[in-house]
Amino acid sequence: MASSSKLNAKIPEGTLEQKWTKYRSNVHLVNPANKRSLEIIVVGSGLAGSSAAASLAEMGYKVKVFCFQDSPRRAHSIAAQGGINAAKNYQNDGDSVYRLFYDTIKGGDYRAREANVHRLAEISGSIIDQCGAQGVPFAREYGGTLSNRSFGGTQVQRTFYAAGQTGQQLLLGAYSALQRQIGMGAVKLFARHEMMEVVKIDGKARGIIARDLITGKLERHFGHAVLLCTGGYGNVFYLSTNAMGCNVTAAWKAHKNGAFFGNPCYTQIHPTCIPVSGDHQSKLTLMSESLRNDGRIWTSKIQNDARKPNDIPDEERDYFLERRYPAFGNLVPRDVASRAAKERCDAGFGSGASKMAVYLDFAANTERYGKIETTKHNLHNPSKEEIIRLGKAVIKEKYGNLFDMYKQITGEDPYEVPMRIYPAVHYTMGGLWVDYNLMTTVPGLFALGEANFSDHGANRLGASALMQGLADGYFVIPYTIGDYLSEEIRTKTISTDNEAFLIAEAKVQDHIHKLMNIKGSKPVDHFHKRLGKIMWEKCGMARNKEGLNWAISEITSLRKEFWSDVCVPGEANEFNPELEKASRVADFLELGELMCIDALDRKESCGGHFREEYQTEEGEALRDDKNYAYVAAWEYKNESDFKLHKEELNYENIKIAQRSYK
Amino acid sequence: MSQGNMNLTLKVWKQKNKNEKGRFETFDAKGISPDMSFLEMFDVVNERLISSGKEPIAFDHDCREGICGMCSMYINGRPHGPKQGVTTCQLHMRSFKDGDTIVVEPWRSAAFPVIKDLAVNRSSFDRIIASGGFVSVNTGNAKDANNILIPKHDADDAFNAAACIGCGACVAACKNSSAMLFVSAKVSQLALLPQGQFEKKERVLNMVKQMDEEGFGNCTNTGACEAECPKSISLENIARMNREYLKASFS
Ligand SMILES: Cc1cc2nc3c(=O)[nH]c(=O)nc-3n(C[C@H](O)[C@H](O)[C@H](O)COP(=O)(O)OP(=O)(O)OC[C@H]3O[C@@H](n4cnc5c(N)ncnc54)[C@H](O)[C@@H]3O)c2cc1C
Ligand code: SF4
Ligand code: FES
Repeated sequence: MASSSKLNAKIPEGTLEQKWTKYRSNVHLVNPANKRSLEIIVVGSGLAGSSAAASLAEMGYKVKVFCFQDSPRRAHSIAAQGGINAAKNYQNDGDSVYRLFYDTIKGGDYRAREANVHRLAEISGSIIDQCGAQGVPFAREYGGTLSNRSFGGTQVQRTFYAAGQTGQQLLLGAYSALQRQIGMGAVKLFARHEMMEVVKIDGKARGIIARDLITGKLERHFGHAVLLCTGGYGNVFYLSTNAMGCNVTAAWKAHKNGAFFGNPCYTQIHPTCIPVSGDHQSKLTLMSESLRNDGRIWTSKIQNDARKPNDIPDEERDYFLERRYPAFGNLVPRDVASRAAKERCDAGFGSGASKMAVYLDFAANTERYGKIETTKHNLHNPSKEEIIRLGKAVIKEKYGNLFDMYKQITGEDPYEVPMRIYPAVHYTMGGLWVDYNLMTTVPGLFALGEANFSDHGANRLGASALMQGLADGYFVIPYTIGDYLSEEIRTKTISTDNEAFLIAEAKVQDHIHKLMNIKGSKPVDHFHKRLGKIMWEKCGMARNKEGLNWAISEITSLRKEFWSDVCVPGEANEFNPELEKASRVADFLELGELMCIDALDRKESCGGHFREEYQTEEGEALRDDKNYAYVAAWEYKNESDFKLHKEELNYENIKIAQRSYK
Repeated sequence: MSQGNMNLTLKVWKQKNKNEKGRFETFDAKGISPDMSFLEMFDVVNERLISSGKEPIAFDHDCREGICGMCSMYINGRPHGPKQGVTTCQLHMRSFKDGDTIVVEPWRSAAFPVIKDLAVNRSSFDRIIASGGFVSVNTGNAKDANNILIPKHDADDAFNAAACIGCGACVAACKNSSAMLFVSAKVSQLALLPQGQFEKKERVLNMVKQMDEEGFGNCTNTGACEAECPKSISLENIARMNREYLKASFS
């Protein structure tokens, strides 16, 4: 297989260990005076966007930042709970850049690019240094050093954290750096603004059309380069752990303007989420993977067991992850854990009203911690109650906010009864295809963070998205953008009265006008929920040919129905959350189809993509490396018409093997 | 739509935009399930309004798990409603009784103008952070993270202050519309850490100056902010900020 001639990944020459170092020494630079006249648009203020915007402004570029929330601090990175990986080897447990690289490639089921992942692992340590210097309050040991915990898919402790609020603290660090640049006038902020279109001139990205969400006014903004840091598209499933506003609009508009979409079908379903409680449900809540450090996952050994969990004796419990995967146990990667839970529930061993839940139980570790505490405090012959009390205090310190959240949502106290959990849509490995420079197939248009497809292959390891977002923003784009902008120093600021801007604006105007004037009978959510159901059932944890074909035709007709029967109340020229939703759902209705097309095309199982036709006898994912070791990069031709381009994945440093966590 | 058995009456503040006058309007919320969150109850009401050709109620929200700080409803006279330590999005209908009348208003403060209905503009908070809520360290300048040792106790205190979600409930709760709890949380976080020491003086002076310019009121130590803060940000932070401010002003 050879890569498509339209895809040049621009991977630098040299050995894997030297690529990034050499690249940085040779990349073209832009001198300080020229930086001052180069303008960069950053769409998105999550970890990727805030870190990029702050760093680029510090370097001297003129930066504009856009986000749809009322403040950059509210981007959905804020909700990340568990932690961020870095190959610091502070625990002296054998970690290294190579091991982080290896774990990530293997965790991604051998569907990620070696050079990108190695760069990520190399940079990981600097991220922790940078965040530490900003005053991010990471968890610490009594000696004052940084603390670590374990995450899935690894056998070392390399995850840095701030209780269950790691994303919040990292984002507030990046946000502070961004606000500092805003205060100095180096960055101009456009909060409550939604990017609606990319503007291209002579084939290059030259700006965006944005809608001011308060007044509804459309605005034209010029940039020598445009960075999309707009997050993931998990909300195509309606129910997910993403925030309500997360969307694909920016990436989708880019796609329709020539940016190829990489691996759209790679979706991460996270094993430990609070189960759905009813049709009213608007979103799902994650219970961080860090809980799997101390929680044991089990079901009853008896089908349809109606007993309460605390009444089921230990010998009648099936710790199915420990049973199936003794080497990694409860810490297998997410895709493996999710499928195993689904398998148990489908077979009738689930619990709760819907029978679609398994237990996550902290009793054993509560007792273990309690015993350690009694020893520490020199308590002799402690009572069982005393041990449990002390153990609960340790659990509370580690996971207090998660336990509170669980209790608030379910009305059950996880200190007393095991949590009930079930897998839910969480993250999208797919995204805009980018080269080593993070540039899409449209020159001047870059994608960072979850919005790109780059580093996680077919399955992302826990605590690696925060790492990637910050790597892209703090340490990759500041260099790689020079490769492009050094050729742009003669390009003068282009007037936003240029025809291309006017045409793009008119297109958006027309789109909004159409949505406002359908005046149909059903609210936007009606369509979104139906789309989500199709996607979850046919393009979720398990997929097959028949189901995907059915989904494609269902989505096509749902899209037609949407465009003839959706009801968007209010006016276009005012604050109108329903209009915002309508526009986002319109894009999801197109993306969903492409995801199914991609899933249908990939006739193998890998990572989060599980095709029922392709599995081993034990029900594990069965890859087909001979025919599918490629990135699927889709080109938009027309409605429902996408062309596949392949980027071949070459493994020169890792021996590609059947993934095993046994 | 899942059905529940609670029937409620909502009195909700409706206001077209910041220039027009607002008023309360009454809405029925029928068949509400106690397992719904407060915002999911609003979703149900809005869906019904839209389906019957009426305008829905505008409100801010995003993460719906109590961390982004976007949701901002003033419920029965209390920011984020009756429960301690939770945001509006985490409040569940089981905290109410069948037949209740619930009054819902936006945050009210001169520094938070209404955008529409229950949504307000809180960009004043961003400007306060821009005036000094950071450590001036450019990307790439940092040393190995374990070169900065921090006693666990200080790190924990800094973390507790840093847990603020910037929601503005403290301002909404305060009869003076003071933003002291919010500002002091950031000042404290950085004052407690070695990284924050170098800019300590300018930080507190600049942030307080910006706070005053934004039109927030003075603090008279009523403690309403702490009581209503969904993240239990402590009043000790205000005391710490006052000390920092005095030190900075006299040196
Ligand atoms: C509940 C949860 C927990 C997680 N926990 C972890 C964890 O412990 N460790 C880990 O590594 N990863 C975790 N992840 C994943 C990780 O948080 C995300 O992948 C990452 O934060 C994404 O960052 P981002 O900067 O790419 O995007 P986001 O933070 O989602 O930011 C997107 C930005 O784009 C803006 N935007 C989007 N569309 C538009 C538009 N059209 N116009 C204008 N602006 C737009 C938004 O306003 C926002 O500012 C978690 C994810 C979730 C949902
Ligand atoms: S101090 Fe509390 S109430 Fe005030 S903004 Fe922060 S989290 Fe909200
Ligand atoms: S919606 Fe994010 S805190 Fe309530």
